[in-house]
Amino acid sequence: MPGNIWVLAEHWRGKVSEITFEALALGRDVADQLGSKVEAVLLGHGVKDLASQLGAAARVISTDHEALAEVVPEVYAEALAQLARRERPAAVLTPLSNVTLGVGTLLAAKLGASAINFCKNVRVVDGKIEAHAVLYGGKIETKVAAAAEPVVLGIGPGARLADAGRSAEPPAVVDEVTVDLPEAQPIRFKEFIEPEAGEVDVTQQDVLVAVGRGIGSRDNIALAEELAAALGGVVCGSRPVIDQGWLPPSRQIGKSGMQVKPRLYLALGISGAPEHVEGMRGAELIVAVNTDPAAPIFNVAHYGTTADVLEFLPLLTEQAKALRG
Amino acid sequence: MNLLVLLKMVPDVVEELEIASDGAGLDMDVARMALSESDDHALEQALLLKERMGGTLAVLAVDAAEVDDALFTALAKGADRALKVDAGEVAQLGTRALADLLSQVIADGHNLLPVDLILTGTQAIDDLDGLMAPLVAHQLGLPYIAIVIQVTPDPARRVASVVKEYPGGVRGRFEIDLPAVVGIQSAERPPRYVPVAKVRAAMKTQRIETVQAPTLADGGTVLAEVKSMSKPEETGRAEMIEGTPEAASARLCGILAERGLV
Repeated sequence: MPGNIWVLAEHWRGKVSEITFEALALGRDVADQLGSKVEAVLLGHGVKDLASQLGAAARVISTDHEALAEVVPEVYAEALAQLARRERPAAVLTPLSNVTLGVGTLLAAKLGASAINFCKNVRVVDGKIEAHAVLYGGKIETKVAAAAEPVVLGIGPGARLADAGRSAEPPAVVDEVTVDLPEAQPIRFKEFIEPEAGEVDVTQQDVLVAVGRGIGSRDNIALAEELAAALGGVVCGSRPVIDQGWLPPSRQIGKSGMQVKPRLYLALGISGAPEHVEGMRGAELIVAVNTDPAAPIFNVAHYGTTADVLEFLPLLTEQAKALRG
Repeated sequence: MNLLVLLKMVPDVVEELEIASDGAGLDMDVARMALSESDDHALEQALLLKERMGGTLAVLAVDAAEVDDALFTALAKGADRALKVDAGEVAQLGTRALADLLSQVIADGHNLLPVDLILTGTQAIDDLDGLMAPLVAHQLGLPYIAIVIQVTPDPARRVASVVKEYPGGVRGRFEIDLPAVVGIQSAERPPRYVPVAKVRAAMKTQRIETVQAPTLADGGTVLAEVKSMSKPEETGRAEMIEGTPEAASARLCGILAERGLV
């Protein structure tokens, strides 16, 4: 009898994360191929009620403990390891998000199990789990076989549609189980720090002109500002531009920044690393300008050009202005 | 403060990546290696802490193409020591095996202990079989936190206050007991620039300490087998607008106008 497929049910600030539903949909596909079941593991403190949203799982394993109130990777991995030693799942799917990152690696280390990160799909081949992982900032895809069970799979966003992992029905079985965790922990959560309100809210814009490393320098941001003004939008950026201090953090798009769904997302000099794509893949129309024809941004864009950004920008600005009259 | 930064070389994705003839790895003859970006931030954060609080800063890496450049650059920026683990054929080692090697080297001493903070990047673009920071933390029995953008040690209390990123611009403050392993996402400031002349000077006046790779109990952990590599399928790929920049921008302007976006 093959082991079940576990999904670590990520939740944050009282809400089940979208990636949990995506992982449940993926986990169910894998379990179907393997002839086993998908089960959700809900760890936390005072969040038992969230189990009702996890009906896509055949069963929810729910563990409430004070030490699980916020995700500390060591503590979450210890709880999961204790549960996995008891029940021997075939695979554990853990989100590679800013909330959960690190849990999967530690779990695999504790269990002496395989870990495969950056998974965008998982299949069963000859009865064995094979992961499709995206490496090198999205430039290479790999097929990876696990050498030791269980295999801990780090799941990136977008592996399945979240709606495929939602269910109107509550799960058939919810088992409340206990784990043994030390009272004193070497890492202690203190507080959340809310983002400073930016002068504009990038999530509310119809048109976003996004700049990446390819914009070259702080001075060139002005070129993007001019285009944004001509298109009636605002300028935002990917992580390197924010880290350089060329744009404020309130303008960051991606995993650590904002998730946006504008009508137009113009990506200028952005390579399209998975961490960035996570924040903008829902845009209605994506246009990418990047001199590297192999840049992963072209895999998510609708239109693209390999023109030089600095040459292209003023031309487009001029033409957009002319059209506006 | 005794600070240790773990550095890892990764293929530079600005360059074209080619797949080796066996189809299961990169062609390392073509790939240009560069310091992993978040490791560069970890080094910067360590340099800032050393400037603020004094103490020693050592950098440690497993041998790889271009690693000497990265180590001398770290020395030129202000690191006190640079150590390189000579592990023979290392190009094919996964992060798990690299972490085993580095942890063993740290545990063996090499005047790296006692250490207050071990810093490394949160994640590298080739961390297929695990992340460096939690693996080293696990091996050494130290607490670990990642996606960190601020570290403020309080040596008297043997703790550090760290700020990590959550989604949507939210951050969280944690207190962590020292010694600890911290995965840095971004340093408080962009990594400093160091002129080539200064790196050359470091090459003349300073040295990299070479450490023989320790023998690992199980020969290193290899638990994931890459069966094949490929470039992403071109399904759903962008329609490319060809021609001169003038023609391309005119065409794009037309597309935007059709959709009422101009």
